[in-house]
Amino acid sequence: MKTLNILLSAFRALRRNKMRSFLTMLGIIIGVAAVIAMLAIGQGAEYSVKQQIAALGTNVLIVFPGSQQQGGLRAGSGTMTTLTEDDALAIQKECPAVAFVSPGTRSGGQVIAGNLNWATSIEGTGQDYLEIRQWTIEYGEFFSEQDVKAASKVCVVGRTVADNLFPESSPVGQNVRIRNVPFKVLGVLSKKGQNAMGQDQDDIILAPYTTVLRRLSHFPFLRQILVSATSPSNINNAQTQISELLRMRHKIPPYDADDFTIRNQTDLATTATATTEILTILLASIASVSLLVGGIGIMNIMLVSVTERTREIGIRMSVGARGRDILTQFLIEALVLSLLGGMVGIILGVTGSSAISSFAKWPTIITAFSIILSFGFSIAIGIFFGFYPARKAALLNPIDALRYE
Amino acid sequence: MVVSSKSYGSSNGALIRIDHLVKNYPLGEVEVHALRGVSVEVRQGEFVAIMGASGSGKSTFMNILGCLDKPTKGTYILEDIDVGKLSRDELAHIRNSKIGFVFQGFNLLSRTSAIENVELPLLYCSMSNKERKERAIAALQKVGLGDRIEHYPNQLSGGQQQRVAIARALVNDPSIVLADEPTGNLDSRTSVEVMGIFQELNNNGITIILVTHEHDIAQFTRRHIVFRDGKIRMDKANPTPRNAPDVLKEMPVIDDEEES
Repeated sequence: MKTLNILLSAFRALRRNKMRSFLTMLGIIIGVAAVIAMLAIGQGAEYSVKQQIAALGTNVLIVFPGSQQQGGLRAGSGTMTTLTEDDALAIQKECPAVAFVSPGTRSGGQVIAGNLNWATSIEGTGQDYLEIRQWTIEYGEFFSEQDVKAASKVCVVGRTVADNLFPESSPVGQNVRIRNVPFKVLGVLSKKGQNAMGQDQDDIILAPYTTVLRRLSHFPFLRQILVSATSPSNINNAQTQISELLRMRHKIPPYDADDFTIRNQTDLATTATATTEILTILLASIASVSLLVGGIGIMNIMLVSVTERTREIGIRMSVGARGRDILTQFLIEALVLSLLGGMVGIILGVTGSSAISSFAKWPTIITAFSIILSFGFSIAIGIFFGFYPARKAALLNPIDALRYE
Repeated sequence: MVVSSKSYGSSNGALIRIDHLVKNYPLGEVEVHALRGVSVEVRQGEFVAIMGASGSGKSTFMNILGCLDKPTKGTYILEDIDVGKLSRDELAHIRNSKIGFVFQGFNLLSRTSAIENVELPLLYCSMSNKERKERAIAALQKVGLGDRIEHYPNQLSGGQQQRVAIARALVNDPSIVLADEPTGNLDSRTSVEVMGIFQELNNNGITIILVTHEHDIAQFTRRHIVFRDGKIRMDKANPTPRNAPDVLKEMPVIDDEEES
């Protein structure tokens, strides 16, 4: 029997039970659409995480103090008091691969402005911080090198802080009190939104690190040093230079481990990307369960169909259809069901994903891979779940099939 | 295809040569002996009626003749081919190319037009769509349904449906047409009409074997074989078959369309 004829008769058989065929396809349609939409959401998330990490700057290094060690007990990283202002200045001065350095410390607390108050974190930074983070001032200005040297009581506020403490007026030129220390607001940072972990990056106050160290935390050591390399390709050189410089400055003998950690954003990017990839796989696997259920639906209907059409099978066999002709016929019917369902599902999944994008403002990305994958998956399901009923039909004894009532 | 040795050849002109055919069915714990050693020959161009009470083995015999079933013992040679030795697929090929079936219940595909029903056997052998269509139309014209090729079974009367079934049996130019109680579901006048078609086909040289338990119907054939208890009890020629057109003339006319 020619393929075209089999196809035509498969379409005819499915048309005879339009409602049933549609409902059977619905399982595959929903499954394929779900797989495509989930992949689109997952890959969209992956993309936006990568974007945000790129926005952090791919040439950025962060130097953390090492962990404190007493006997065999090691405290977590960042607990060791090894990084000083002088280390930061030395990195700036002596490492040729380094462009900008911003010593960092952090404090937090209730911030008061007039009769409003707001709890936020206070980041102590150098004057080049915005340069390294590729951040800008929306209005007003950032503090200068002079402010840092003089430990001036000045600050810039993030968008969220500005909105909460100065809902009516411009914060620039006004005073905020951080733990009873008055700071003059020099500017407002541009809106940055959430970071990859969902934190509001605009809920922040930036002040000279010298001021934070001396007036707020009263602690002479740095929590971190933010460094940018002269170019992304120079990042490994910068890392080596910083490492050598700090080992020398901290007088670490060659057989001892570093008392600091240098992290670059590549590590973070890798981790975050891996996380969202896992998320994508998870979403797609959940969605493919519905595809599997759709496949079982096909098998169910094909089994019913074989039983209902036992006489037809008997007639076909009596006029010369071989087992494999019957097998092909029913397999093709199952395949047509799953393929049609797959195609409608792809259309639905693609439109659904773009609907999610436009309504939920959630980035979705549809790749050729996800379409090919779900299409291939629906073919495989058609063959897999169609085979058993088709084989059952093919193995019928012609006499029994003819006599079937 | 297994072709038997020359000793079985058609030197004696036999189209079908059956020798000591035995068929046993297991039915629960007992074994049913449906056929207990049947030997018969049918020549090209014969018109045979197989008669017998139900349970006499005639249906089992027809199923074996039609290659729908295999004998337990004995040989069945159809056109020099030892059918008993063939595989499922080879039997399907024999059914497709050498045998045309006509059933009591017509066994047409419902919601499928007359021409598509007739084309069905041709779908399982390689043939162009054009040739298939031409042969199906020719077969329908041969049974007098040239004007109803696009009708569906539920738009046709019983007699017309059986004629579609006969056209389907003929479309592959089979060596033999097997009809299992072809008039069982038809009124007497339509039965005679259908027998008229069989007679006409037989006059054109087609071999027909027909199972019936009605004596009136058997009278239209040229040879009667009577089965009883799995054996042939009587096998005699009918030198004076009734002529269907003559019988029809004597019958009262019933409007075919109204009856359907």
